[in-house]
Amino acid sequence: MIEITLIHYLFLSAIIFTLGIFGIFVNRKNVIVILMSIELILLSVNINLVAFSVYLQNVTGQIFTLFILTVAAAESAIGLAIIVIFFRNRGSIQVEDINSMKG
Amino acid sequence: MLYLILFLPLLGSFISAFFYRNIGDKACQILTSTFISIGAILSSIILFETIKTGNTYQYPIFNWISSGSLKIHWSIYVDSLTAVMLVVVNVVSALVHIYSIGYMNDDPHKPRFMSYLSLFTFMMLSLVTADNFLQLFFGWEGVGLASYLLIGFWYKKDSANNASMKAFIVNRVGDIGLLIAMFIIFKTFGTLTFSEVFSQAADQSKNTIKIFGGEFNLITTICVFLFIGAMGKSAQIILHTWLPDAMEGPTPVSALIHAATMVTAGVFLVARCSPLFEYSQYALNLVAFVGATTAIFAASIAIVQTDIKRIIAYSTCSQLGYMFFAAGMGAYNIAIFHLFTHAFFKALLFLGAGSVIHAFHDEQNIEKMGGVWKKIPMTYTLMIIGTLALTGFPLLAGFYSKDAIIESAYFSKSFFSGYAFVIGLTTAFITSIYSWRLIFKTFHGKYNNTLNFEKIHESGPTMIIPLVVLAFGSIFSGYAFHELFIGENTKFWGKAIFFLKQSTQAHAPLWLLILIPTLVITAIPLSFILFLKRKDIVDGFINNNKPFYNFLVKKWFFDEIYDAIFVKTFRSVGNFLWQRGDVKTIDAYGPDGVAKLIKNLSDRATVMQSGYLYHYATFIIIGLILLIFFKMII
Amino acid sequence: MIAHAIIFYFLSTITILSTIMVIASRNTVHSVFFLILDFVSAACLFIMLGAEFVGMILLIVYVGAVAVLFLFVVMMLEGNFEKIKQGFLQYLPIGFFIGIVIFLELIVVIGGWQYKSEFIGTSKIIYNANETNTEQLGKLIYTDFFLPFQISGLVLLVAMIGAILLTFRRRTNMKRQDMVKQSSRERVDSISSVDAEINKGVKIND
Repeated sequence: MIEITLIHYLFLSAIIFTLGIFGIFVNRKNVIVILMSIELILLSVNINLVAFSVYLQNVTGQIFTLFILTVAAAESAIGLAIIVIFFRNRGSIQVEDINSMKG
Repeated sequence: MLYLILFLPLLGSFISAFFYRNIGDKACQILTSTFISIGAILSSIILFETIKTGNTYQYPIFNWISSGSLKIHWSIYVDSLTAVMLVVVNVVSALVHIYSIGYMNDDPHKPRFMSYLSLFTFMMLSLVTADNFLQLFFGWEGVGLASYLLIGFWYKKDSANNASMKAFIVNRVGDIGLLIAMFIIFKTFGTLTFSEVFSQAADQSKNTIKIFGGEFNLITTICVFLFIGAMGKSAQIILHTWLPDAMEGPTPVSALIHAATMVTAGVFLVARCSPLFEYSQYALNLVAFVGATTAIFAASIAIVQTDIKRIIAYSTCSQLGYMFFAAGMGAYNIAIFHLFTHAFFKALLFLGAGSVIHAFHDEQNIEKMGGVWKKIPMTYTLMIIGTLALTGFPLLAGFYSKDAIIESAYFSKSFFSGYAFVIGLTTAFITSIYSWRLIFKTFHGKYNNTLNFEKIHESGPTMIIPLVVLAFGSIFSGYAFHELFIGENTKFWGKAIFFLKQSTQAHAPLWLLILIPTLVITAIPLSFILFLKRKDIVDGFINNNKPFYNFLVKKWFFDEIYDAIFVKTFRSVGNFLWQRGDVKTIDAYGPDGVAKLIKNLSDRATVMQSGYLYHYATFIIIGLILLIFFKMII
Repeated sequence: MIAHAIIFYFLSTITILSTIMVIASRNTVHSVFFLILDFVSAACLFIMLGAEFVGMILLIVYVGAVAVLFLFVVMMLEGNFEKIKQGFLQYLPIGFFIGIVIFLELIVVIGGWQYKSEFIGTSKIIYNANETNTEQLGKLIYTDFFLPFQISGLVLLVAMIGAILLTFRRRTNMKRQDMVKQSSRERVDSISSVDAEINKGVKIND
């Protein structure tokens, strides 16, 4: 336990990933929390990648991390834009009020 | 020429059925009547030719079935028996067609009627010109179909629909007998063609057939089943219930089908299969017994009927009984002769009744008629002629044929000859009584109707002329043809009818020759007194013997018995099968069940699409987990 | 080693705790703050691993741009001050169960490690003192991976266009100047001669 090995980082990444997914469907507050959970998932993946790249002496992992970073930023921008419009049209972003897809 | 006879009616029926809009009602009537009249003239020519030369013709038309050892051709086979039937069918049919032009004048469906009439004629012709059992069966079924169509012609009337179904179904019951006979014939003789079957009949006469464990004589079995078919078609006693109800159809229908042609198909069958019947004394006894019983049975009911057509219908039933018991005595030629004369006067009576009904504006109850003999003199005269012929008044047609039948019963040595003889005499008497009752009640006495008496008028010429022609036939056909048909040394029949033993026709004793006409003639004043002058005798008799009267009026309770035994049973079975079997089982697990199941499942499935975003997110993640899970397991 | 371990445990604890608080916090703004804390501690972890460029980029992009964007939107949309609805506790067990399942799956993956097993237990973090992380990354990005690099630039461009396109509002009652329209005005559109009747005036339709 004293020696920090790759396993520890993987555990950490797994825990954050789980918590992120957990957050998607436990959340009852509003849609933004869902987006934040998605960011958390991406973060856990990043940790995973960087840990591997360091322990395996291969820089490619970190390059991929940069790309994930880029895409995450883009995606959260668009997601937030959609939420803004949704709020303009519906007036509420509570998760329980988004039910017009019923059928 | 034979092709013309056979196919002109079919052509007429076809044109009238499908092209009546193009050519109009009148043209349909005239066209079909013309075709059948041509057929009538041609068949008379053929009859004369057959009388002169005694030739038989066989023209195969085309090959119908050729499967294994069964080879059936469509063909036209004409011998003397067929020639006689051709004349009967065509002449009566032609006259009925012409009559219907006048009778059905107010009906909006004239072309359909004419088409059905011609169709019926075609079927009957193919029945009588058949040279094998299968073509005969085709014609047999075809006339059953045509009779269904014609009885139920006024299809909007409930009673007509029921009557036509009853006719068809009761006929069907008889047809089962015919079919079984055909099956047995094919199985044992190996062929269905008449000539081949008859040539083997002598060899097979001692063979037996095993049915359900019991051994029966082969020929007897076949003949019994054939006779069951004939019973259905000719309304003999057990399968007679359809005939009185068949009067729901228009009067020309009754004249054509139920007087002259379809009901005589049974007699024709027995005569045609005379080579088979001659080898089975047992079957002949059965035929005689059933025929005689029917004769007296129908006559007893006819006395108390009040519907004019029903009286004549029961009279037909009774006369058919005569024909059958003549055949049962082995005297097929006499049976056919009676068929020949009967066609004329029965058709005359029916058409005359139609004229009366027409004059009374569709009133059919004789209690509501009376006293019009001066108003409709032509009809009156013609009906009198028909009645005289029916009862066997000396020198008219019925006299020769009916007396011949009773004499044959006297001379025959078969088992039931005594029974048949007594019944023949009694029935002749009763026939006379009810026939004259009909005349007196319809034309004499007090006028009982609500219509204006002055307005009762004679029918038009299209209706009277056929009646006149038939009257000629009724008067002269007996005298003209009796030597030919039933004379001592006639060579007319040739091979058409088979006699096992040449019957020596002794001359009837004098007392018999006087007895029959006496009976018939005394019945005239008797019925005049009973039904016209002193009605109180009849009423007193009825009141004293109410159960007996009821028994007769309710037609010996046959309808009620059949209803209780068969109809209710079948109905409840059918109901059970419908409700429990069809609805609850097949539908519940079949189409309806599947539909309900699908609806149920899809209702449950739509719960998943609640519209809530977080539900969807949940399901996405659950799906993802399951995917990974299964990927790891596998 | 021990210091390494202590710092690692400390940072990872903070990460995990703040993750939990992102989800469980009542106030949405607090959630965003915890998210920021999350990112920061992750960045520290990266630096400790020797990937300092990635860690800094994490701070700049994630915290400086994305989280701030989140904050903007949260502020704008009145997303805070929510009471916990009734349904929260109802879904807790199943969510918990699913979470456990996912976690176990991930562990199983790690447990079933078959490749390069000598690296699992290794604790050697080899720092390359000659090249910085930035240089290492740069050597690869602009040579082997320059195409994904360009494409990620395009992705960002598309995202930007998309975001603007989605949320752009034009107020309808503002008067604007449209240069093209002004220059292309014809005489026909602007002037018309009308006969004025005496005492009646002229109707001008604007």
